[in-house]
Amino acid sequence: MSAHPTGTHSFDPTLRSQLKFSEDAMATIRTIIGRYPEGKSKSALLPILHIAQAENEGWLSPEAMDLVANILGIQAIEVFEVASFYSMYNLQPIGKCQLEVCRTSSCWTRGADDIIAYIGKKLNIKVGETTPDGMFTLKTVECLGSCGSAPMLQCGAEYHENLTEDKVDHLLERLRTEGKRHNYTDLEYKNSK
Amino acid sequence: MGRKLLLTHDNVPGIATYEVYRSKGGYASVEKAIKTMTPEAIVEEVKTSGLRGRGGAGFPTGMKWSFLAKPEGVPRYLVCNADESEPGTFKDRYLMERIPHLLIEGMITSSFALGANTSYIYIRGEYFYVARILETAIAEAYANGWLGKNILGSGYDLDLYVQVGAGAYICGEETALLESLEGKRGNPRIKPPFPAIAGLYGCPTVVNNVETIAAVVPIINDGGEAYSKIGIGRSTGTKLISASGHINKPGVYEIEMGLPVEEFIFSDEYCGGIANGKRMKACVPGGSSVPILPDYLVCKTASGEPRLMSYESLSDGGFATGSMLGSGGFIVYDENQCIVRNTWNFSRFYHHESCGQCSPCREGTGWMEKVLHRLEKGLGNLDDIDLLVDVARRIEGNTICPLGDAAAWPVAAAIRHFRHEFEYHVQNPEKVKDPKHGHHEPIMPVAPVMVNA
Repeated sequence: MSAHPTGTHSFDPTLRSQLKFSEDAMATIRTIIGRYPEGKSKSALLPILHIAQAENEGWLSPEAMDLVANILGIQAIEVFEVASFYSMYNLQPIGKCQLEVCRTSSCWTRGADDIIAYIGKKLNIKVGETTPDGMFTLKTVECLGSCGSAPMLQCGAEYHENLTEDKVDHLLERLRTEGKRHNYTDLEYKNSK
Repeated sequence: MGRKLLLTHDNVPGIATYEVYRSKGGYASVEKAIKTMTPEAIVEEVKTSGLRGRGGAGFPTGMKWSFLAKPEGVPRYLVCNADESEPGTFKDRYLMERIPHLLIEGMITSSFALGANTSYIYIRGEYFYVARILETAIAEAYANGWLGKNILGSGYDLDLYVQVGAGAYICGEETALLESLEGKRGNPRIKPPFPAIAGLYGCPTVVNNVETIAAVVPIINDGGEAYSKIGIGRSTGTKLISASGHINKPGVYEIEMGLPVEEFIFSDEYCGGIANGKRMKACVPGGSSVPILPDYLVCKTASGEPRLMSYESLSDGGFATGSMLGSGGFIVYDENQCIVRNTWNFSRFYHHESCGQCSPCREGTGWMEKVLHRLEKGLGNLDDIDLLVDVARRIEGNTICPLGDAAAWPVAAAIRHFRHEFEYHVQNPEKVKDPKHGHHEPIMPVAPVMVNA
């Protein structure tokens, strides 16, 4: 649909992964389902997809979506139509650290294009691509509500604001040293009731 | 120094914790409401305050509450709209991150007023870390008896949950938000029925913005009458403004309604003037969806009156010479900004975010983006400018939800006030090839054209 490939919204059924949710993840999923009235468990779909994505190396494979459909007792197509609608769900594998740089007006006004170009040059990838070592994916996104601290990027749940080339250098260095995957969510859903 | 009602303690160390928040008078509105007021009296108080929806539409909150249907045996819901995604807007994030208990206190008081026993805060997925801050605060509120069963021994029960979205601007539209909360694509619903009659799970529902719900706290504490005396005319109380762009001090500011725009931009208390000693070229005062204003209409209205930060003054002159307060996403552009490129940037946003339900929006946003892109690159012709106006006019008012209008207005306004820049792009293709090109030629104020007047 969009003229700007983000690399996340095309669907390739040949890409399959082996997936099983951990016990902790299943416990969290049960907690989340408990937040909605009887018979309304489909409401849990968005949060569960976030967990499924975190459990499946950052993306939603067809298997992952099937698993979610089974848990909620809904059709697989109901899961896919949601997964393909929202920009935070990846339908293709991504790197361990997805760098999502805001490109909307306030960030662009304060140099977002330069930051995108700088990261691309440093990692030798274009927007939508992943580094060969599977460490970084570069993506551009629309306004992340950080206009007063522009330019900025998001990596997993972390916001990195007031970016300069220096800051980007340090961030990439740190992420590479840590070497861990950055997901949006963890399993810390509190069962506060 | 203007009065503050929401950001009174935002810089107090530890204010995000229950103990510190409580020690600063937190949760007093819940005590007052539950122990001494009836739900109807609370709704009346909010009506008296004149509070208007802070998400952008500015609809009177008390009136919205009074529309809520109350059929026997059917649950009612309060849903907080924390899907803040309007470009230029980051006030709700600031409020939730700094003073999460203020939102939770407002949710409890408001839920009690509406008779809701389950309430949700729907927060955009990108704000995951803010959702964690809210969940921690909610757990504290449960532990201290402000949520759960039999709150303050009143027999009133309330459960409050945070729901995360997954990246979709459209979910800030209240019926799309409800669809998303039900686990579906965020396609806005056809209205009527309005959520007050059939909202979440088909039950009566009120959807309010974060700032609106937070404002209920001072309204109950000090009374609606006191709140209504702050501000100017029908713009009562205070407003959080997210200031960004080419200014010296970007950030979130709480202002009293009626503050002169000039003071807001140029005084050191607020934006601190234009960055790098440059001139202002234009300003988007209420988030990307509202019409852009050229410098000579920012601080003064077309009739020469000082422009004020209020619903009425910012829209003075209609779309011909005015704009809107919107969500308070205040973006300032300096003299080097290319308006064509900025308009293309906004159009790309709306094309990306259109849900695709209505043809005028789905197709029209794409056309506008394409035409603006070719104009931006110096590949357009003069007819393209009128083509844009035509497409924008055909989107506006022809869609289920206001995203179509929001996509059309910035384009129409940019051409209305800056047609000369669009023409410059057609006539000087070589000069605009460099993506960093500015418009260094002197800014020529064009006489405002009265459109649809």
